[in-house]
Amino acid sequence: MMTTSDVTTDARKVASSSAANLGEQPITAGELNATGVCAWFSGRLVLEDVDLFMERHAVTALIGPSGCGKSTFLRILNRMHETINGAQLAGTVELNGEDIYSPNQRATWVRRHIGMVFQRPNPFPAMSIEQNVLAGLRFNRIKTSSKADLVEEALTKAGLWTEVKDRLSNMGGALSGGQQQRLCIARALAVRPSVLLMDEPCSALDPASTLRIEETIADIKEEVTVVIVTHNMQQANRVSDNCAFFLSENGKPGHIVEVGSTVKMFSAPNDPRTLDYVNGRFG
Amino acid sequence: MTITETEEHRPAEGDAAGPTPIKITVRRSRTDVAYRRIAWTAAASTFVILVLIGVFLYIRARPAFEYMGYWGFLKTQVWNVSGVHPSFGVGSALLGTLILAMISLVVAVPVSIACALFINEYAPRKILGFFPAKGLLTSMVDLMAAIPSVIYGLWGFFVLQNSMKGLSRWLSDYFGFIPGFKVNTPVYTSSLLIAGTLVGIMIMPIITALCREVFSLTPLGEREGAVALGASRARVIRDVVFPFSKGGMIGAIMLGLGRALGEAIAVSIIISLTFGPPNHLLQPGGNSIPALIADRFGSGGKLGAAGLLAAGLVLFFITLIVNLVAANIVRRQEKKRA
Ligand SMILES: Nc1ncnc2c1ncn2[C@@H]1O[C@H](COP(=O)(O)OP(=O)(O)OP(=O)(O)O)[C@@H](O)[C@H]1O
Ligand SMILES: [Mg+2]
Repeated sequence: MMTTSDVTTDARKVASSSAANLGEQPITAGELNATGVCAWFSGRLVLEDVDLFMERHAVTALIGPSGCGKSTFLRILNRMHETINGAQLAGTVELNGEDIYSPNQRATWVRRHIGMVFQRPNPFPAMSIEQNVLAGLRFNRIKTSSKADLVEEALTKAGLWTEVKDRLSNMGGALSGGQQQRLCIARALAVRPSVLLMDEPCSALDPASTLRIEETIADIKEEVTVVIVTHNMQQANRVSDNCAFFLSENGKPGHIVEVGSTVKMFSAPNDPRTLDYVNGRFG
Repeated sequence: MTITETEEHRPAEGDAAGPTPIKITVRRSRTDVAYRRIAWTAAASTFVILVLIGVFLYIRARPAFEYMGYWGFLKTQVWNVSGVHPSFGVGSALLGTLILAMISLVVAVPVSIACALFINEYAPRKILGFFPAKGLLTSMVDLMAAIPSVIYGLWGFFVLQNSMKGLSRWLSDYFGFIPGFKVNTPVYTSSLLIAGTLVGIMIMPIITALCREVFSLTPLGEREGAVALGASRARVIRDVVFPFSKGGMIGAIMLGLGRALGEAIAVSIIISLTFGPPNHLLQPGGNSIPALIADRFGSGGKLGAAGLLAAGLVLFFITLIVNLVAANIVRRQEKKRA
């Protein structure tokens, strides 16, 4: 389990990328199962033996002090980790029982089904709002019978529709930070992923935008499994069903201290370190 | 810090009834003032030098223009500066220069962009498990840019010329119907095509180096945004890297074009100057302003010298226009992005 699987960024594989009409695809939340996940940066072990099951129709929050490997773990879940120079990993990650790192799996297929929202909003500045939402379809050559409907649907889910419906042809960069972030969420939802990974999606936003995005998460969790990294304990408490507490002690690699339902993690966790952390006593 | 200079920004007068903007006074320290003066002087001097070159060329070229007339000088396709009835102009050299520049861009641009993309996006991190591919390739490209043009000229004459015979023959056999591609006698050396290709190869390193630089500045956030949506590498290049780099790429191509327009040595090694309409790309002969100047310099007496300076002035204006157009395109691209 601890063997380094040297990640090749473009292993040639055949994966069944369904180019079917998007509107006809059933919307299904997926379940993710990570076992024995380890990560290295330039030979330095930063994440050790992480097991985590991310339930369907639920929001899983990853919490823990800075530098404990939450982002690294999240990026392993959709094969973004391997794009970094010198990054390696071990272990398995399964989406609905299928190993996403199996040699006959395409990384692009994995990323199209496991979407990601980043800490800093990153809309494509050279594309209009509408084109931003449809970018994922374009990238994956997915056809849709009605682009306008899809754009409206995705923007509505992301809670941005009413604000931008009259200026869909404006550039994506010409929005406020909070709007840009919701545009990125809409963009991620437009390809109908099974899982949505969010890495501190609200850390650059004001309270109102934050609330908006939390509502969005609550709205979409029936159709897409959400995994969110957050430093905000109230937010973790508000949005998540399950919680995983990551910790890296005295320069040792990060690992999971405790996993459980959010209610339990915030009221009566098994580990005293979890209790200290959720109550803001360290980290 | 001592305050020695002040400057006032007086905003436009506000509406009498509404609020009035205040007057902001910038107070600068002595060091700041010194730096500003040095920077201003340096910037102004480039402009002054540019104007001085233009003025110098014009004054010394005047006799030629007075003798031939401005339009006559641009149009005339012969160069007889001595004898009883001199007649000369840049007609054929100007067209030849433009044709050469065009051929060189057609050759250089695709290869340079592909090369820059390879270095930036596709090159393996290490070759043979040891050499850092990116750094190695980058410095090799920079090295190629440093090779003197006379070396390229010699290589073009002795190597490229022979290896291009086949291509020239093929082009004239199958595309002879295109004007300029027909060959009267089957000699395929010393042609505009070969010279243009050589100049193209010469400007490749500059365009490659600049494009690589621009590509590498593409924001990581935008790249990752596309990758996380399932974009392949080719997609990322097309939808993220290119839109971001458009302005810079045009700038890089224009710098290459500037060098192609001015290349003299390599061109005059390959082609022997001929006058008249440059309507044969594949057979010997052709003309270009820099090659003309290099070839005829020091012969032809006073009027001939004025003629060459006039040709230089024409070239000066072309490069100036090319650069102004390029700067304009780049600026418009940047504005669109912001
Ligand atoms: N690109 C990288 N190259 C080298 N080391 C890295 C890289 N990214 C992260 N690390 C290291 O990996 C460890 C885990 O980083 P990671 O970003 O996953 O932490 P995190 O839990 O997300 O922290 P934060 O809450 O501050 O975002 C850290 O020790 C960090 O220094
Ligand atoms: Mg992080």
